[in-house]
Amino acid sequence: MSRRLPAKDVVIVGLGWTGSILALELARLGLDVVAIERGPWRDTAADFNIGTAPDELRYAVRQELFLRPKQESITMRNNTTQTALPIRKWGSFLPGNGVGGAGTHWNGQTWRFLPDDFRIRSHMIERYGAAIMPKDNTIQDWPVSYAELEPYYDRFEYMAGISGKAGNIKGQIQPGGNALEGPRARDYPTPPLRQGYAQELFTKAATEKGLHPFPRPSANLSNAYTNPYGCSMGPCTYCGFCEWFGCANYSKASPQTCVLPALVREPTFEARTDCEVTKVNLAADGKTATGVTYVDLHGQEWEQPASLVLVCAFSLFNVRLLLLSGIGKPYDPNTNEGVVGRNYAYQTGSGSTAFFEDAKFNPFAAAGSLGAALDDYNSDNFDHAPHGFVGGASITAAYTNGRPINYHPTPPGTPTWGSAWKKAVHETYQRVTSVGAQGSVMSYRGNYLDLDPTYKDPLGRPLMRMTFDYQDNERKMAGFMADRCDEIAKAMGAKQTQVKKLVGPWSVVPYQTTHNTGGAVMGNDPKTSVLNRYLQSWDVSNVFVMGASAFPQNAGYNPTGTVGALTYWALEGIKTYLKSPGPLVQA
Amino acid sequence: MTRSTRRQLLSATAFLAFANSACARTVSGSLPWQPNEAYPPSPLHPGPYLFFSPTEAAAVDAMVARLIPTDDLGPGAKDAGVTFFIDRQLTGPYGGHDWLYMQGPFSANPLPSQGLQSELTPRQQYRLGLAALSSYCKTTFNGRGFAELSGDEQDKLLAGMEKGDVKLPGFESRMLFQAVYANTMEGFFADPIYGGNRDMAGWKLVGFPGVRYDYRDVIAKPNQAYTLPPVGMQGRPAWTVGEKP
Repeated sequence: MSRRLPAKDVVIVGLGWTGSILALELARLGLDVVAIERGPWRDTAADFNIGTAPDELRYAVRQELFLRPKQESITMRNNTTQTALPIRKWGSFLPGNGVGGAGTHWNGQTWRFLPDDFRIRSHMIERYGAAIMPKDNTIQDWPVSYAELEPYYDRFEYMAGISGKAGNIKGQIQPGGNALEGPRARDYPTPPLRQGYAQELFTKAATEKGLHPFPRPSANLSNAYTNPYGCSMGPCTYCGFCEWFGCANYSKASPQTCVLPALVREPTFEARTDCEVTKVNLAADGKTATGVTYVDLHGQEWEQPASLVLVCAFSLFNVRLLLLSGIGKPYDPNTNEGVVGRNYAYQTGSGSTAFFEDAKFNPFAAAGSLGAALDDYNSDNFDHAPHGFVGGASITAAYTNGRPINYHPTPPGTPTWGSAWKKAVHETYQRVTSVGAQGSVMSYRGNYLDLDPTYKDPLGRPLMRMTFDYQDNERKMAGFMADRCDEIAKAMGAKQTQVKKLVGPWSVVPYQTTHNTGGAVMGNDPKTSVLNRYLQSWDVSNVFVMGASAFPQNAGYNPTGTVGALTYWALEGIKTYLKSPGPLVQA
Repeated sequence: MTRSTRRQLLSATAFLAFANSACARTVSGSLPWQPNEAYPPSPLHPGPYLFFSPTEAAAVDAMVARLIPTDDLGPGAKDAGVTFFIDRQLTGPYGGHDWLYMQGPFSANPLPSQGLQSELTPRQQYRLGLAALSSYCKTTFNGRGFAELSGDEQDKLLAGMEKGDVKLPGFESRMLFQAVYANTMEGFFADPIYGGNRDMAGWKLVGFPGVRYDYRDVIAKPNQAYTLPPVGMQGRPAWTVGEKP
């Protein structure tokens, strides 16, 4: 039997980047805000203590900061002819848990999508004709443009202190920055990170090929910075423990470094941790949310009434909560009808590992977003006509770390153990670098999310089922990108290279990327989207859903910059809603 | 505000049991951390095995010594304490797959892309797998156990297990190989606080400086050898026996 709590103005599900930003902004308007987070509270000082943070076994191998599959997992199959089985141990992606969410353990690669990405369907058909669109795609334009989002990208970047060099300020190309990016109003708040030896070689080789390399924008800060919320950060020390770790230096932008110190001071804000929201409750008409139900660790169920419900969990779990709450019609791939779970997408990774004769790359001296990148092959920055695929990739020479349990490279053909392996590991660690392509994944009729018919979580609720595989379009694109990476790696002076393309079905085993997108997408048509352009549910107007679940398909970049921009963009919609509750867009 | 009992418990990777968090918690007004609050793992010091029997430990010693041998490049896995590391990992939450999704039904024919689908925890994999290996060796090698085989015999057998060609009685040889292999890499390269990587042998082999946490000087001087010795979470031996750092 659930116990009913006093009503709040706003209940927020999940206290990561999007939840903490909205909580702070709405609490500052004087609203009573409660954030309910299923994982523990986490602070830099205690949980990412410098004496305990750099522990590869604990955090990268045993995965201490992540959601435990025991608490909730996802079932997986490559296509609808197969039977999905639970991901018993995380591999391909690693969902966060606890206060800060994925914003505590990310690498900090903070991109803006390109203007063409937001109208990719219209753009590709206009330029190349409908024949270029892949079979069974459900690619759709975003309901917002780059120009509309630009001020909100700016807000997120200045909140997070992002280190980078602008390449295009109001249409003026800036030397040293990304000449191919969309125009921005001003430069980054802090200068780019200092680049390492691999980036020097990459920048020289790419420039000689007529490409346009630049230092990758980074949430690992080059300089000390105080953000508009009054939160201060320190400079990055290139410790090499970003991804999968909390930062002990207050150098990596995260809710802990950039938002929470200001948020907890707001008198109308309260966080409840170790409490799992099980359902968004709906009024009898099914068109209004009355609040949420959650369960604490004792198994006690609580009802938290609220006027406004903001769903701010990780993208996959946003989708599951909508499915479990009956908000929006579930997607059916057989009829291609319904919306919740539709347009699930991911990210491709391909590239070239470069073995040098003699070099000292010092891979341990690294930061999550240290790297030199180029966008010459991203989005529609190159002529797609000869290649016959849609999409692109950002190409980067980077180290995020040299942590040896997971990183002890050997040249192709080396035995996997024994003295010959040991000798190769010894001789190779310092002389390897790589050029990688992080590519877009389009949306398809057969890649989707729904509830699993068999497997349940400990509370007895169905796990979500993921049906996903890379399609020919993505395989072709990733292969093309791998060849481009290999050309650059060879031009950098590599003696030997090893090219990686997308081979075989998508597997949950090796880590690939936690850039899971879609499933609750934003759009202009309620028949093909869950949310309107303000991330407001078409069906239940006092529910807004943040996060990468809103992406109609994924671009060739990390998602967080766009997730942050959408959050500030949605905030404008929420403010409008508060003045006059109801749908912000008429269906 | 209530303080979670999570705060009294230790690291996930220590051998002590670790509760997720014992109760819900409300935070408002100020950040809830206390001065000097931290959750270090418990340092492990050599002692008797807690999981392995002497026979099992001898077999694991022999296996890890072939996977990463001691040679002119320095100590191998056995001499770096990897067997002890594995023993302690198996007695902790990892050993029971305590954090993983272990609810049935378990499929008899999962797709390779669906990853781990076995019901067997690491503890069961070692117990059953080592027993099957012992029985296989005794039958195949005239009563000798794995540890009594010659180096060449051990290598040949391990290579067959890696491929899954060796048929152990009632146990998949590849599963045992993969468990030992993964844990050997962990134990050889993890922070020495967990009992392996003794004298930072693994870190010295590749040139990983450990947890120094500040490489601004390295970034400033590209393509130069790094010369400082590695440091672990507990410092390094020279700091505690009075030698110069």
